[in-house]
Amino acid sequence: MTLNRRTFLGAATASAAALAAPNVLAQAAAKVVVVGGGVGGATVARYLAKDSKGAIDVTLVEPTRKYYTCFFSNLYMGGFRDYESIGHDYGKLVSEYGVNVVHDWAVGVDRDAKTVTLAGGATLPYDRLVLSPGIDFVDGAVPGWDVSAQNKMPHAYKAGSQSQLLKAQIGAMPEGGVFAMVAPPNPFRCPPGPYERICMVAHALKQNNPTAKILVLDPKPKFSKQALFEEGWERHYSGMIERIGPDFGGDKVEVRPDSMEVVVDGEVTKVDVCNVIPKQKAGRIADLAGLTNDAGWAPVVPATFQSRMDENIHLLGDSTQQGDMPKSGFSANSQAKVAANAIRGALTGSKVFPAKFANTCWSLISTDDGVKVGASYEATDEKVAKTDGFISQTGEDAALRKQTYEESVGWYAGITADMFG
Amino acid sequence: MKTTRKILAKGTATIIAALCMSAAPAAAQIGDADRGAEQFAKHCSSCHMLGPDARNRVGPHLNGLFGRKAAAIEGYRYSKDMKRAGADGLVWTAEKLDIYITKPRALVTGTRMSIRGVKDATARADLIAFLRDYSDNPRDIPEAAPTADPTEHEVDPAILAIVGDPDYGEYLSGECTTCHQASGEDKGIPSITAWPQEDFVIVMQAYKAKARPHPVMRMIAGRLSDEEIAALAAYFEGVE
Repeated sequence: MTLNRRTFLGAATASAAALAAPNVLAQAAAKVVVVGGGVGGATVARYLAKDSKGAIDVTLVEPTRKYYTCFFSNLYMGGFRDYESIGHDYGKLVSEYGVNVVHDWAVGVDRDAKTVTLAGGATLPYDRLVLSPGIDFVDGAVPGWDVSAQNKMPHAYKAGSQSQLLKAQIGAMPEGGVFAMVAPPNPFRCPPGPYERICMVAHALKQNNPTAKILVLDPKPKFSKQALFEEGWERHYSGMIERIGPDFGGDKVEVRPDSMEVVVDGEVTKVDVCNVIPKQKAGRIADLAGLTNDAGWAPVVPATFQSRMDENIHLLGDSTQQGDMPKSGFSANSQAKVAANAIRGALTGSKVFPAKFANTCWSLISTDDGVKVGASYEATDEKVAKTDGFISQTGEDAALRKQTYEESVGWYAGITADMFG
Repeated sequence: MKTTRKILAKGTATIIAALCMSAAPAAAQIGDADRGAEQFAKHCSSCHMLGPDARNRVGPHLNGLFGRKAAAIEGYRYSKDMKRAGADGLVWTAEKLDIYITKPRALVTGTRMSIRGVKDATARADLIAFLRDYSDNPRDIPEAAPTADPTEHEVDPAILAIVGDPDYGEYLSGECTTCHQASGEDKGIPSITAWPQEDFVIVMQAYKAKARPHPVMRMIAGRLSDEEIAALAAYFEGVE
């Protein structure tokens, strides 16, 4: 076996040299380690494995065995999706694409030695490293809240058990109770997400607890798709939802998880459920690797999504600071394909095509009432810059809104197939 | 292969001309409604009815067609794609009818209207003039654009004749497969696999010219070059 393999490798080396593909074909397959099995990580792993046809060994490090998508987790809370329908495993990435999936935590990156250390003790060498760690929460951003309070006051902003918990709490609210949300400051994952969640919570309460109230405490004067959401709140959930912006203290909020109280600009309110979505920063491994800036995000080169601080490392998705793209699953998927193309080019000499990015965010307001916003982007030296865009309009007819919702369902099937095969 | 492409390019030249025309206002030229009645009998009347006793048959009745949203007649079972086009904002104007009658599938991909299309521009203008007489206020309805501008003929077969690079198309397809499934599944979002290349190019050029209404596709197609559209067409034709 060993002899055969040597012989084979020898032959492969000769033909590779003839093809004038530099660097790596002449050696063993290049190694790419991907940390994080969300949209950015799963997509880049699949595209690298699919398109390199064996020239790149891809290892994906992801602690959980099943990934629950943040997108559509609000629809789960609203009763439009069941929990299993937003869960995906890594089976096809392994069996159909040959990705080596390691269920472990990445706890350190040695950038000089080009290795990643896992909590289980293994050390993975890489030629290129991709970090797609998503977000973490900034400690102390909402006074009174830290992750030890997340069972009393869930964030539900990383989907999974937190989503189940928040949904259960909403279902258990007393008649006429109060649901409060502490919304995050910019920039944060999924700009329309908190407001779509308000719609979905309102939808669930309207059926089972119609006298309940919803209180949104928001540090931002404006938010994504605001006119569309406010139109929807008035149309479907009139009188249920109150939003307190920074002009009335929405930026001065403290929470008391033990007594289930929120304090808004000194005024104490008792609530039944409190969804705290704190200020965010890049996922921890980006910070541990020394790739984040003072704002807590990882700056990247727009055309390739390489770190501004280490050309052997790419970052994707919510953790990055790249310019005009929102932090969304669609964006991460789009960036992952650009990065995969750049990585293949660097490691195997394959042709590198110009970077193109796009994003669309659909939100569901009520049954068959979907809206969307989107844009296209290009890479400039300075940033990923918006080139064109569109948004749903207020006053659209029911048929168009229904179609937009159906389109979002189609998109969900499309992007999850694009991620996981 | 080359010969085939040339033939295709020739056959579809007028379609592209019509699509490009729709992006820019052109001089009015209305056909002859009497001749249009003959065209109606030839192409349409086996499925569609007009006039006081008209009802839906294989196709919907065509009274009051001008200014009507696509797929708007209660009780008629439209194709999924026609409903989608209506929801997207497709309204039957002379201009849109001209595109549709030229090649129905270029405007509404999955339409059940099974005719291949009326290639002759004069015949279409006549037919549209005839249909227009059965709408409420024919005088208020914009005239059909002329459909045979020789300068457009010079340019557009060249676009269709571009030989797409399927490898480049495969790379570009990443932008499509975020929504359109490579498996051809078409729930909520249409399938784009295994289309004949020229159909793919025509549809994408129609989005690029803003002749088709969907905002996402206008944006995506709007920034694709003619070569990139050809590359995508070449790639997706081969995806089963």
